[in-house]
Amino acid sequence: MPGVYAIMAEFETPAATLHAAEKVYDAGFRDWDVFTPYPVHGMDQAMGIKNSKVGWFTFIGGCAGYLTGMLMIWFMNAVDYRIIIGGKPMFSPFAAFPPSYELAILFGSFGALLGMLFLNRLPRLHHPLLKNARFALATHDRFFLVIETGDAKFSDLETRRLLESLGSRHIEWVEE
Amino acid sequence: MDHFPASSLVVDEPKLRVQAPPPALERAPLVNNLRSPGWISDRIASVIEGGTPGWWKISFGISVTLMTLCFAMVLWLMSTGVGLWGNQHPMMWGWAIINFVWWIGIGHAGTLISSILFLLRQRWRTSINRTAEAMTIFAVVCAGLFPLIHIGRIWLGWWLLSFPNSNNIWPQFRSPLMWDVFAVSTYFTVSVLFWYMGLIPDLAVMRDRAKTKIRKFAYGLFSLGWTGSTRHWSNYEKAYLILAGLSTVLVLSVHSIVSLDFSVSQLPGWHTTIFPPYFVAGAVYSGFGMVLTLLIPLRRLLKLEDIITVRHVDLMCKIALTTGSIVGYAYCMEFFIAWYGGNPNEKFMFFHNRAADPFIFGPLLGIQPAPYWWAFWTMVFCNVVVPQFFWFKKIRSGLWFVFGLAILINVGMWFERFVIVITSLQRDFLPSNWSDYSPTFVDVLQFLGTFGLFFTLFLLFLRFVPLIAIAEVKGVTPQADPHHPLGGAKIGGKL
Repeated sequence: MPGVYAIMAEFETPAATLHAAEKVYDAGFRDWDVFTPYPVHGMDQAMGIKNSKVGWFTFIGGCAGYLTGMLMIWFMNAVDYRIIIGGKPMFSPFAAFPPSYELAILFGSFGALLGMLFLNRLPRLHHPLLKNARFALATHDRFFLVIETGDAKFSDLETRRLLESLGSRHIEWVEE
Repeated sequence: MDHFPASSLVVDEPKLRVQAPPPALERAPLVNNLRSPGWISDRIASVIEGGTPGWWKISFGISVTLMTLCFAMVLWLMSTGVGLWGNQHPMMWGWAIINFVWWIGIGHAGTLISSILFLLRQRWRTSINRTAEAMTIFAVVCAGLFPLIHIGRIWLGWWLLSFPNSNNIWPQFRSPLMWDVFAVSTYFTVSVLFWYMGLIPDLAVMRDRAKTKIRKFAYGLFSLGWTGSTRHWSNYEKAYLILAGLSTVLVLSVHSIVSLDFSVSQLPGWHTTIFPPYFVAGAVYSGFGMVLTLLIPLRRLLKLEDIITVRHVDLMCKIALTTGSIVGYAYCMEFFIAWYGGNPNEKFMFFHNRAADPFIFGPLLGIQPAPYWWAFWTMVFCNVVVPQFFWFKKIRSGLWFVFGLAILINVGMWFERFVIVITSLQRDFLPSNWSDYSPTFVDVLQFLGTFGLFFTLFLLFLRFVPLIAIAEVKGVTPQADPHHPLGGAKIGGKL
């Protein structure tokens, strides 16, 4: 269907949406999503979403932060300008630990936030769904199941019939 | 995890039926009156969308005036020098450092609510976490001002950063003051990141409700195109969990490092190993004092009684009781070690220079009253006696009484830092080095002025950003649970 981005079915309760999502997953769709005002418990399992990879971004960020701290302090106080403090060694990992620890947390936090945005392909300031007037309720109190027309399994009639059979009261086509 | 679509499972009638708990064990709901998700959006957004209330205008006027006063005093200090303060040898750390530690401690309750209570699955935190996190950020802003102006020559503040200064010397990382720079700036940055990430779905709520072009644009820009996709929520929740974990280890480290500023020195009264945990507990205690001070009037003024319920206040009082009691224990332990440790200087500091009052303990022990005995006993009253009131449910549910106690907590924790900073510096090892301390009006006005700075930022926050995490509160209502009858699930236990 040219000019049509997806078909959108509206639901009123999280349970109805959850059961609909299970059916749509079983039907074998790939390019589809469920939009909810808050994260619904069990929805990612119903949709077959795997564990998020955000943790890796944090891990790499944290390691980078810790190493940055240690190397920075070693370079500054033991290599570039050697300062003798109380006759102690020029570099000691114990004195360098607190700033390195803070930098590990700092870089790890940036990793978590930026990793989340990267995995979600955000910021994205244009989206066909955001143009749809009805879809504004997705942040209010409604639940939307959206199947993209680009999906291999998609067919005009069958998909619409499937969504109707799942108990949606309002189904509409979303323009590109 | 493998995917087992529930619809493909064949389930017989359940053999085991779960009984409802007896009334005495039932928990009070987190949102009163079974409010719907839509109501929650409308109620919280109306704080921003409605007209500006009169009390807001009045308090904003007062806050801006105080803030201006603060900046005027800072300007005067910059142009004249730190001689305007009461600081003089040997009290080189005066009100500036007291205020720094006090404000940064207040921030800790916000992070505790947003991170530690999240890890402990305390779902009641959702009603208060946004406001508490905002409080954290603004408190750290106020705190950050003081060390900066305390260095005297503010234009050399960049020497604290990791740049070689004009003599090509790098900062010296064996100093806890340098650790503090990293701890506080990381704390501020991570608090802002965590706060902003929590805001993204709520800014999308505001974007989708916006009527005016400017609002649509501004909320649209900052919500980054959030749609509420479950695939996005999945990454979002993981990132939230990770940030909560990181903030937990961060918040415990920040006040520990602040306490190392003191305890790494050799001064009696500062040189104790109990400082890090004792400072963290005190920080959380003072922070809850401030959260209660802010939220008890706010829930009334903004008509949020259904979302910030009496139960929330009750639970916050319990945390204040716990942390206040830890602080009380730390006070006792300091005295025990001063006596048991046998160091005459430390013993002198605690018994002669802090606790000896002119009425009871001084005469009893046969020692002269300490110059600041009244500050010490104010601290003991506010931080040890006051929290014990929270043992009683009647008191915890009397909101205005709790409000009064919360103010006392704020006062007590300020005096704690006063006692630590001033009494220790004032009388050190050599009596010829001793001196008296009194603040000047610049000290006082700068401290009062930071309240102006804090409340200016806080009032602006109330009017432009959803003050309660809308998506999170929706998520803890029974209607949000797909397995709860109100969430639309089939009753009877069938999948």
